[in-house]
Amino acid sequence: MIRSLPTSKIYDNGFRLYVLFYFCFLFAPLLVTCILAFNDSQFPALPWKGFTFDWFTADRPDRIGIFHDQINLDSIWVSAQVAFFVTLLSVPVGTCASFLFEQEDFRFKPLLYFLMLAPLVIPGVILGISILLFSNTLGTYFEMRWDLDIGLFRPGFWLVVLGQFSFITTLVTLVVSARLKKFDRTLEEAALNLGANRFSVIWHITLKFLRPAIFGGGALAFLMSFENFNTTLFLVGPEATLPINLYLQVRDGSTPVINAISFLLIVGTSLAAVIQLYFGRKED
Amino acid sequence: MSSDGIENPASVLRERRDTMKNQKPWTLFFFLTPVVLWLFLMIVLPHIDLLIMSFRVENDEEKMVWSLANYINFFDEPIYWFTFVRTALYSILVTGLTFVVALPIAFFITKVAAPRIKGSLTLLLLLPFWVSELVRVYGWMILLRESGVINHFLISSGILNQPVEMLYNDVTMVLGLIYTSMLFMVIPLISVLDSLDDSMIEAAFDLGANMWSVLFKIIIPHAKPGIVSGSIVVFMLTLGNYLTPNLMGGKNSLWFTEQIYNQFIASFNWNQGSAFGFLLLLLSSIIVWLGLKLTGQTLKVVAK
Repeated sequence: MIRSLPTSKIYDNGFRLYVLFYFCFLFAPLLVTCILAFNDSQFPALPWKGFTFDWFTADRPDRIGIFHDQINLDSIWVSAQVAFFVTLLSVPVGTCASFLFEQEDFRFKPLLYFLMLAPLVIPGVILGISILLFSNTLGTYFEMRWDLDIGLFRPGFWLVVLGQFSFITTLVTLVVSARLKKFDRTLEEAALNLGANRFSVIWHITLKFLRPAIFGGGALAFLMSFENFNTTLFLVGPEATLPINLYLQVRDGSTPVINAISFLLIVGTSLAAVIQLYFGRKED
Repeated sequence: MSSDGIENPASVLRERRDTMKNQKPWTLFFFLTPVVLWLFLMIVLPHIDLLIMSFRVENDEEKMVWSLANYINFFDEPIYWFTFVRTALYSILVTGLTFVVALPIAFFITKVAAPRIKGSLTLLLLLPFWVSELVRVYGWMILLRESGVINHFLISSGILNQPVEMLYNDVTMVLGLIYTSMLFMVIPLISVLDSLDDSMIEAAFDLGANMWSVLFKIIIPHAKPGIVSGSIVVFMLTLGNYLTPNLMGGKNSLWFTEQIYNQFIASFNWNQGSAFGFLLLLLSSIIVWLGLKLTGQTLKVVAK
């Protein structure tokens, strides 16, 4: 049953087989996607027709690799910009929220804490439509009342940023709070007793201590934003983000260019994950 | 100050404590403002707007009036509530299956595998979930479809004579949904099983318990917080999933998020869509609340 108990051969091997099977289940779709990115065929399917980099580098009428595919390159750039602004917004607000919930006391704190957790259990689709509705309501109001036409309230880049910000900030808050909980508050008291004010204590001591969590939260925010589909689906304007753009292509048939993009995403995120874990372990 | 010109330590301390107290509202205000703006502008008000919109319809004179019509439509049209019930039942099924698949894996990693490979196994387990959901679903599509990789192997090995369409049915949809949300079950289970003392299991065996009674009397009761938090997240993600049912379930997958999408984007009937959205939100809140109540937990477990 467990390491320290004697077990039967059948049980042991059965268990190992199950785990092996599970890991195949986990990696099969990703491996196949990666391998077929290098197949010299017009379709992302077997048989294997030879190795090629065409789906990355080709620039011919019948084959356009990802590095020359302007629509896909544009959507990658849009996603990167969205992710940048979501990170820029959610990290400071999330850090404020962790200070608020870990170090401050006020009336309605439990209520506000509950609201902060709510985005975890609200489906992303619902967040998307409610933010779409609300921005539309505000937009109509401003137009009726002051005859102002504000682009921010129409589906598009900034609405996507705000929509993703609304739930990603919760994730950042949880990551930063987890580290702030471990902070030894006697350090703060010592600095306060030596004459520092509260803001310089936070700036010089607490934020230094939080740095790995803030970077970790930022990386998480960037990745979550870059890959978000559900919330973005309802808020996206003419500039499609990468997941939206890929979705439209996958739905209407597929070419190995999608495999090439997937390959780059898989390699990129795996590297990021390994780096993140490596640094996370070093900090602890 | 005391009369002999030397500061009285007690009064200095009190003074300092007073200045600390005076600074408090300042920092509170500084932290509170962005958080309140975020939660009210991005979460509370949009959802109130959603609720209001769901009770509004356009009447014959093209004016917006209060009405229950959007909700009545939902119950009058069998396809709507059928999809709703179907989505709910499938989400519960997926949550249960995900638990059944994930528990042995979490148990293997925490209790059976050699401690030195535990870290790398967990890392391997995490890796696929860093990749976009769309890429993972796409991977399943090129594996399973008629011209897909599995069909290719089945035919070239002589098991099949002609390709079979394995995509676009409920079984592959459920498979895809389990795959998509697996991580959110495995990780909480690993963290609760880590805290289960091996000697509890040893003691049970010494006292003559068999595998099943150890499972149901020791492992599952101990793992309850992890099971609850994992199940809530998996259920919520499955219920709100759009990509997987849409791409793997095909034309008649009938997932409720697709109905919402159709109302918003295709029919442009935002009021009807709002009613659907609110019903979905209500359903997920009720089931999450029931799950927490039945097991005596609070929403904080989800945060872990």
